[in-house]
Parts: sequence; C-alpha cells; structure tokens
Amino acid sequence: MATAQRQSLLKLDNKATKRANMLLEQNVAKQRRDKVSLNAFALLFSEIIQYSQNRVLGIQDLESKLSEIGYRVGLRVFELAMWREKTVHRETRVLNTLVFINTVVWRTLFDKQADSLERSTESEDEYMITDNEPSILKFISVPKEMSSFSPGAFISGVVEAIVECCQCPARVTSHVVPADGMPLRTVILLKFDKEVMGREKQLEAGK
Amino acid sequence: MAIHSVFIINKAGGLIYNRDYSTNIAKLSSNEALILAGTFHGIHALASRISPVSRSEGGKDTGIQTIDTANFRIHCYQTATGIKFIAVTDPSYMQLSDVLARMYGLYSDYALKNPFHNLEMPVRSELFDTKLQQLIQSS
Repeated sequence: MATAQRQSLLKLDNKATKRANMLLEQNVAKQRRDKVSLNAFALLFSEIIQYSQNRVLGIQDLESKLSEIGYRVGLRVFELAMWREKTVHRETRVLNTLVFINTVVWRTLFDKQADSLERSTESEDEYMITDNEPSILKFISVPKEMSSFSPGAFISGVVEAIVECCQCPARVTSHVVPADGMPLRTVILLKFDKEVMGREKQLEAGK
Repeated sequence: MAIHSVFIINKAGGLIYNRDYSTNIAKLSSNEALILAGTFHGIHALASRISPVSRSEGGKDTGIQTIDTANFRIHCYQTATGIKFIAVTDPSYMQLSDVLARMYGLYSDYALKNPFHNLEMPVRSELFDTKLQQLIQSS
C-alpha cells in the first residue's frame, strides 16, 4: 500500500517537473499569447502592498518602496522587450523613448497602449503618460486617510527603469487624477535630468 | 426599488457591511444592526443543526435561506467559507440567490483584492460601494 502510494506521488512529482521543464524550455524570443490571470496578479500585488506597508514609516516611504519593486520589474521588461521586438531598436532620444514606453512597453505589460502622452505646458523637461484605467489597480480603493497615496508608484518604477536603460534618466512619480467614471486614472509624470535636456538640445542643434 | 438593504456577516457572526437602499424602511442604529447580525448568525447555526436530514446523512444543512413576513422577505446566501450575504426585499422577490452570488463575486474582487482591506473586518472600499449600488439598481 505504502509503496503504491509512494509511486503515485512520484508520478505526480514527475508530471510537475515535466510541466516546469516545458515552461523553462519555451523560446524566450517568441511572443507569448498566453496571459497571466489578472485576479492572480491582483492578489499578489495586494500582498506586495500590504507587505511593504508593514515595513515603512509613511506614505512617501511606501510609494518609494513600491517604485523600487517596479524598478526591478522594469529592468527585466526592458531586456525582454528589446529581445522580442524585432522592429524596435534601443532608443536614446527622449521622444522616441517615450513613444516606446507608450506603445511597446504598455502593450507587453497591459495589452493596450497608454491613453495619452503629453508634454507639460509649464516646463520643457516634464512629460506625462496617462492611463485611464490601469488594469493592475482595478480592484484597489485607497482609503480616505491615505488619499495622497498613489498605488501607481509601481508603474512609475517600471517607467523609471526603462528611461534609465535608454540613457534618459528622469525622476518619475505617479499621481491619481480621478476623472468622470475613472476613479483610478493615473498620471505618470517624468521630469528628465538636466544633462538629458542639454544633450537633446545639442543633438537638435547638430542636425 | 425592491431590494431595501444588504448585510454581510463574517464567519464569526460579526457585521462587516450594511447599507440601506430605500428610504421607506425603518433605519436601524448601528448597534441594532450588529445585534441583528449576531442574532441571525445564531438562528442560522441553530437551524442547520436541527435539520432532520443532517442527522441521518452526516452532512450539514444549508441553514436558513429565506424568512418571510407579510411586508418583506429576508434572503440569505452562505458561501463555502461561511460568509453570509443577506438582503431584505419586497415579498414579491422569490429567488435572489443569483444576485447574492454576484455580490459575493464583487466582495471577492473589490474587498479581498484591495490591499487596504483586513480580513473579517468591516468592508471600507469605495469601489465596492459603487459596484454594489450598480448591481442592486440593475436587479
């Protein structure tokens, strides 16, 4: 009896290993059609926020922690996107980088393009990427006493990593700007470093 | 509107959500609502214990599903995890379990996946409020 049980367990174990091997042996370069369940991710993300919340002092601290986690994701997303997308090359100009984030990155992460990409009217070095309904924040409602907290800090971390990889380092923050029927509309604000803007000007002049 | 109010009771009998959706019913104070939840939890447990079926087959009865009066009807839907969704409706509403099951869906989406929700504690989520309101208006 015991041996039969052990054998059946062994069989199960073999099956699991086989499946894991299948996953590992898939071609990385191939565009995947299979997707991650949003519900599973939402639970994981909620757990990440709760975990971080127990280890920080305030809202700003929490945001920077989330952004740090997003940063690590961003590095990998960038590598993967570079590897997979045949039509794009590594961008180094500010505008091209932003368009790359707006289309390619958003499509790989959220299966859609970001809703808008604008330059700030006040200063030249600030750009805004807007997502009306960030899918990873779909189930989150921020309580009133934390109304300044923006869970999109995770996305801003991803964006920060990517602009850095593209040689255009920037300070990236996220803000919740609710609109009609879109309570989680999130604006990712990028403020590029001085050197970047200086380099842009030089490149522009050299043309 | 035929659904007058909604209560959600956690598995320990504590009230974690209650909201009124019509103006023509008597308002319960928060203390009364808590007592109602605790009492309902108690008689629900009792009812599932005295069921004659459960004795012979060893299984557990589902407990109270509806309570009828002349002017209203209470519907209860208990989930596998022991959370009870309770709605007070007009007596004309015979079956409400599908709506209550959809409420459970909303609860598991907008309360359980919200990082600011604590298990077994009152639900405080704006998204849950609005989605539930929409569900009740459409049913």
